[in-house]
Amino acid sequence: MRTLAAKKTFDLKSFFLQWEWMLVIIFIIVFAINTSLSEYFLDAGLLVAATSTFLDKAFLVLPMVFIIILGDIDISVGSTVALSSVIMAVSYNAGLPMPLAMALCLVVSTACGYINGYLITKFEELSAVIVTLSTMIIYRGIALIILKDQASGSFPKWFGYLGWGSIGIVPFILIVFIIFAIIFFILLHKTTFGRRLYGMGNNATACYFSGVQVDKIKVTVFALTGLMAGVTALFLTSRMGSTRPNVATGYELDVITMVVLGGISTAGGKGNMTGAIMAMFLIGYLRYGLGLVNVPAQSLLIIIGLLLIFAVMVPNISSKFNKILSKKAAN
Amino acid sequence: MLKKLSFSGENVGKLREAGLVFFIIVLSLGVQLRNPSFLTLENINDLVTNTAILSILAVGMMLVIITRGIDLSIGATLALAGMSSAQLVGSYPDLHPILAILFGTLVGIICGAIVGGLIAKVDVLPIIATLGLMNVFRGVTFIISGGKWVSAHQMPVSFKAIATGKILGINTLIFIAIVIYIVFYYFINHTRTGRQIYATGSNPDSARISGIDTSKIIWMVYTIMGGLSGLAGVLWVSKFASAQGNTAAGYELNVIAACVLGGVNIAGGSGKISGLLMGTLLLGILNNALPLINVSPFWQNAIQGVVILTAVIINVIIKRKVDYNNLKRREI
Repeated sequence: MRTLAAKKTFDLKSFFLQWEWMLVIIFIIVFAINTSLSEYFLDAGLLVAATSTFLDKAFLVLPMVFIIILGDIDISVGSTVALSSVIMAVSYNAGLPMPLAMALCLVVSTACGYINGYLITKFEELSAVIVTLSTMIIYRGIALIILKDQASGSFPKWFGYLGWGSIGIVPFILIVFIIFAIIFFILLHKTTFGRRLYGMGNNATACYFSGVQVDKIKVTVFALTGLMAGVTALFLTSRMGSTRPNVATGYELDVITMVVLGGISTAGGKGNMTGAIMAMFLIGYLRYGLGLVNVPAQSLLIIIGLLLIFAVMVPNISSKFNKILSKKAAN
Repeated sequence: MLKKLSFSGENVGKLREAGLVFFIIVLSLGVQLRNPSFLTLENINDLVTNTAILSILAVGMMLVIITRGIDLSIGATLALAGMSSAQLVGSYPDLHPILAILFGTLVGIICGAIVGGLIAKVDVLPIIATLGLMNVFRGVTFIISGGKWVSAHQMPVSFKAIATGKILGINTLIFIAIVIYIVFYYFINHTRTGRQIYATGSNPDSARISGIDTSKIIWMVYTIMGGLSGLAGVLWVSKFASAQGNTAAGYELNVIAACVLGGVNIAGGSGKISGLLMGTLLLGILNNALPLINVSPFWQNAIQGVVILTAVIINVIIKRKVDYNNLKRREI
């Protein structure tokens, strides 16, 4: 009788060759550089406060991991945040009670995500890039139509608690993020749904023929991304106290950078949640630390752009290198 | 069988272009009824001049999309080339404008070569590479300018005259666009390299097997795109007589829209210069006409987005019909 090695045995070498260790090393370097640059960096209170400033984007990182594992991309997330935030502000100021306005915000953002997913699955010849590119223009365009070039705000006082409140020293937003991160981690790594995402990312056709409802899962994932964009909109609006049609511009780039840096392959089917979350904190602290020593925002743009490219380049180059090596070994 | 297939494909292409022409005519007549100043010589001249830069960029973008790629970094490349050439003429006012144009184009070519190298040699996905480099180029633009603008009075008259001057009685911008269209029409239809671009896009694997150096083609395409954005950058700065760090931010979307409207298939492998011309013209008319018929500027983004989305969806539906009919013919 043959035995099947269904369960992977623990291998020390491959454990230490994981991408996450690379992230840990970069993390330590970032902390070392930041600490040597500024004496204020390692202040616990400041660090926690800094964490809550970049956590709003973090809610988008979680579903974006799903989308990139599917081999798709969603660049309309920033616009979805703007549109749902604007609609929440306008409907509140038109007399809707705040809890209902917040619910409306989530409904609108989920609808935006659903529309993306619907278009991508219904017209599968179109790539996710072109669909979300056009909805990106449309969603922000609608936000512009609603609010023109004005800002809207004057929310009730308790709404500010979302972004600014804290339980003890731990910011409220961090607690919410941890809860969401655990949910998404379980979804991806412990459920059938998660396994199917990996399957679809590797070979969607094979999944379709083995009875996976490919389209349904895709629409769900895009709608989920919309929902999380709504959550981001809630926290972001709460932090800023008011909203404009141009909020969250460029979020898509930041989020995609974090996910790709986290070791999730843009070709689909590879990567895990831990890496993406680590990369999110990495970029967040890098920004905060360099901001402390007055590195201008434009230089940060360059650093983040380069980080994104290097994160994609390193595995590509190493796999090419491995191929050459194995060819030589075969000869 | 093969002949029949290609015949019907050609028919659809013609049908599509005829539809586009029809739509342009209807749109123009509609706008003309609302605002009689639309179809005046002066306004048409304005319209074409304003569309010239867009149409130059669209040619490069078409090549990129034909190879199944996309380039989101062109707005940033345009800004970088524009800013660096504006600063060059700012410090050497006696420089000949042609040298300034060449300098900007060179900056663009270097940017494009970096983009193309990453995509062709390191296998980075086009969207990731160009998204990342978009930020890098934009950041470099801010750094070399120190966050300041180069405004009209810092530029010599000869430089500003590039956009307002005339060659053979035609505005320079339009003249350059026409030359580029003629050159590229010849290039992609009648040269070996040009045809190889189509081959690479419609089936990269078989192109490689049949001996085409696909990675070289892809690298070349992005370099051309960079060069054209560099050229467009100089023209842009000369036309608006100011160079800013955020020049042309988001303009890449307009360019992609022009390609998609012009029938360039986003999945790669097809796209024609004649369709592209119509696509840019339609977009130019939309941009020009909406303010004329008192559409609020806040509506323009959404309208543009809806037009792009509708265009790509109609493309897909037409293509499905054609494929379906071809399949039916095969049964008999």
